[in-house]
Amino acid sequence: MFPIEDHHTLTKKGIAQYVAQQGGTERPVSQHDLQVIVHHTLDCISDALAEGRKVELRNFGVFDVVTRKARVGRNPKNPTVTVQIPPKKTVRFRPGKELKNAVSQLGLAE
Amino acid sequence: MTLSRGHLSVHHPEISKQWGGSMTKAEIVEQIYERVGFSKKEAAELVEKVFEIIKETLAEGEKVKISGFGNFVVRHKNARKGRNPQTGQEILLDARKVLTFKPSLVLKNVLNEEGSFVDSESPSSEPHSMEANQ
Repeated sequence: MFPIEDHHTLTKKGIAQYVAQQGGTERPVSQHDLQVIVHHTLDCISDALAEGRKVELRNFGVFDVVTRKARVGRNPKNPTVTVQIPPKKTVRFRPGKELKNAVSQLGLAE
Repeated sequence: MTLSRGHLSVHHPEISKQWGGSMTKAEIVEQIYERVGFSKKEAAELVEKVFEIIKETLAEGEKVKISGFGNFVVRHKNARKGRNPQTGQEILLDARKVLTFKPSLVLKNVLNEEGSFVDSESPSSEPHSMEANQ
């Protein structure tokens, strides 16, 4: 009923579909409610990061906000003019041990 | 630290005051419970499953793209020569896969918009100099 559209990329919709397929919840949860849950779960993380908080998810990984230093950039098409790039905040994700190891072993058997 | 936010804010300030520090799954569960109205037990179960599925997908080497949040991509790293910084000894680092996260433009804009929190200490912004000091 809900074909997973792209077999190589997981999206919010796809996550909701997988949760629905797996079942095992106390009572059946509608596809719509699942999408709402997925959306809010990730929204919570964004909100925390926007406040400068760290997000630590056991068995998954850690998100935190880091500041990239200001630097001087150059337009490659117009190299005579230097461009000042202000410091920027960005998000760093460090996968947990389990996830990191699972990923690093990929394709080694082939 | 000021907590003013832009248009994306749907955050409950009283909850973050109550929790403070790092956000954990327990706090996400609490917020799902308050925002969406599932029982705490159901919310806990579902939040756990969401991360479980993301993790399983990445462990199979597939991409995870979350609009408005960011993309998780498994990237290949070639084998290279490395050096033990303590001893200077050269070692061969095997080819491997690493997981990278690229935050979406939306998320980056929220972080950098005017009036976002002031990053006073930011020890993690200069990991290299920190390593060199040790």
